[in-house]
Amino acid sequence: MTEQSEQSRKNGSEGKREPILEVRDLVKHFPLSKGVLLKRQVGAVKAVDGISFDLYPGETLGIVGESGCGKSTVAKLLMNLERPTAGTIKYKGEDITRLSGRALREVRRNIQMVFQDPYTSLNPRMTVGDIIGEPFDIHPEVAPKGDRRRRVQELLDVVGLNPEYINRYPHQFSGGQRQRIGIARGLALRPEIIVADEPVSALDVSVQAQVVNLMEQLQDEFGLSYMFIAHDLSIVRHISDRVGVMYLGKMAEIGTDEQIYEHPTHPYTQALLSAVPVPDPEIREGRERIVLEGDVPSPANPPSGCRFRTRCWKAEARCAEETPLLAVPKVFEAAGTGAAHASACHFAEERAAVVVA
Amino acid sequence: MTLLEVRDLHVDFHTRDGIVKAVNGVNYSVDAGETLAVLGESGSGKSVTAQAIMGILDMPPGRIPKGEILFQGEDMLTMSKEQRRKLRGAKIAMIFQDALSSLNPVLSVGYQLGEMFRVHQGLSRKEARAKSIELMDRVNIPAAKDRVRDYPHQFSGGMRQRIMIAMALALEPDLIIADEPTTALDVTVQAQVMELLADLQREFNMGLILITHDLGVVADVADKIAVMYAGRIVETAPVKELYKAPAHPYTRGLLDSIPRLDQKGRELYAIQGLPPNMSRVPEGCAFHPRCPAAQDICRSELPPLAEVGAGRGSACHFWKETLGD
Repeated sequence: MTEQSEQSRKNGSEGKREPILEVRDLVKHFPLSKGVLLKRQVGAVKAVDGISFDLYPGETLGIVGESGCGKSTVAKLLMNLERPTAGTIKYKGEDITRLSGRALREVRRNIQMVFQDPYTSLNPRMTVGDIIGEPFDIHPEVAPKGDRRRRVQELLDVVGLNPEYINRYPHQFSGGQRQRIGIARGLALRPEIIVADEPVSALDVSVQAQVVNLMEQLQDEFGLSYMFIAHDLSIVRHISDRVGVMYLGKMAEIGTDEQIYEHPTHPYTQALLSAVPVPDPEIREGRERIVLEGDVPSPANPPSGCRFRTRCWKAEARCAEETPLLAVPKVFEAAGTGAAHASACHFAEERAAVVVA
Repeated sequence: MTLLEVRDLHVDFHTRDGIVKAVNGVNYSVDAGETLAVLGESGSGKSVTAQAIMGILDMPPGRIPKGEILFQGEDMLTMSKEQRRKLRGAKIAMIFQDALSSLNPVLSVGYQLGEMFRVHQGLSRKEARAKSIELMDRVNIPAAKDRVRDYPHQFSGGMRQRIMIAMALALEPDLIIADEPTTALDVTVQAQVMELLADLQREFNMGLILITHDLGVVADVADKIAVMYAGRIVETAPVKELYKAPAHPYTRGLLDSIPRLDQKGRELYAIQGLPPNMSRVPEGCAFHPRCPAAQDICRSELPPLAEVGAGRGSACHFWKETLGD
């Protein structure tokens, strides 16, 4: 089995832009129930409500969006930590949402996760060696028992920690170092895909850059594909090849980093970009800012039609009736400019004044 | 007019592992209508300084061995408890980072807002309630009249933060200290809250001390800025000048590590190493182990905050070189 996956790994990295992960119409509803003894379902939180995207070998797909937009649920679905309500996730052509037992374990080896909070995602009673080596207990084929200590020390070295720290406990490390431990654990099984959910947001500013650099360097070294979920738009832009913008369980817009940041056509993306404070005091007077009204609606009771219409300054009657599809808007199809990318808006258009982080 | 002046403030904490000097001689001042941003990482002493100004430091273990905090010319550290209590809320108010844990979960927001008026102005419950509704309207909470009896958990994060702002503004203070007011919020909500805060500041001509680690927020709203590192101010300057030409290698490192367009695909600049452990602050300049330009003198001698231009100071032995590069 090991040989086979080694083989497929090679094929994957040489692939001619064959997606390594194909997500289609993914839906996850969490039931809301009422009553203590006789529970009945009274509704559902539509955390993820029909999203599709591809992830290609060696690329970084950034996912941005505000809290409650479903980005972390997507991460859990990809990891198979949650079962989707509907839709498929194809890993190299095989739908992994229906797998179980040994087949599932085999796939999971290749998709690993790095969590947001390095303070709670490491077990305080385990040594660093045990934490990083734990994946080998589940996948003994990757590293035979006698070899584990050496492998863990190698991993520590790879993420820039002293291999002699193998017997230390998490509390003896700083936040940035703990995140490195989390990354080392993610790398232990030599996965192809790493899903990183807000990997730097809990870190000090001066340490964030170190971890971002480490992740980029590891990607080059091991040919990893990243799904990088974050709310910091400038970091996402720096690390991503393509970026998807989520709003209330749907993908609002997806394209290359340049298309999204320089030629956003969805009003939500435009508002989001304009709201990011730009670290340059010289331009603060001249900036046009779109300040949205109100809050994100509850995903248990999302607006009909376009999810964003309740806060959108362009909304018309059509937006309430007809859900806009995520596709390249017709007006831009032939244009050949950066605006020609998928955007789920009936009135997609470019806006000149959006200043970008 | 100088509203608040902090002079040579020191704060220690007595812990099991010895004395931690969290703040070591901080000086700054704010005028009416002015915004001072205090920038720093966790452990830099930025919040402890603010707590000392507010008079909400836990003492013990905290102690203020030295320093003055002059509010409208009077030293608050030598005032009686009663005098200070009268200033707090009425003249100086604070907005905290996490609104959910700063509001009392078992009291309605109307009760908590009204408390300000009942305690400080002796209004009746009914009058206080009316005032609370007025305040909630002021910070753009829809249907304030119906929501005044709601509890904190029934509001969204952005709305809770607005309630915190309403509470801070209740008695129209002269100075507001905002400790990471938008860190827990989403960007679009952050924009709403910052705009509201700026509008109200203008309206009441309040002084604002904004404590943050976000270089973007600082650039957006601050007039001047004080950068803290390991309990000291390492650089202070008007905001535009600091972003244009930082005079301290730490500030410079922070600015350089912001991802920029032309750096796409390249390695980000990263300050090496980690912020120091406050119980073992390095000798000499606390930043020297992480500084790319450190010399022998930096390891042995603490650089004073030297004047490097009009209203600018830098605590670096080599500020000329840093500024000139």
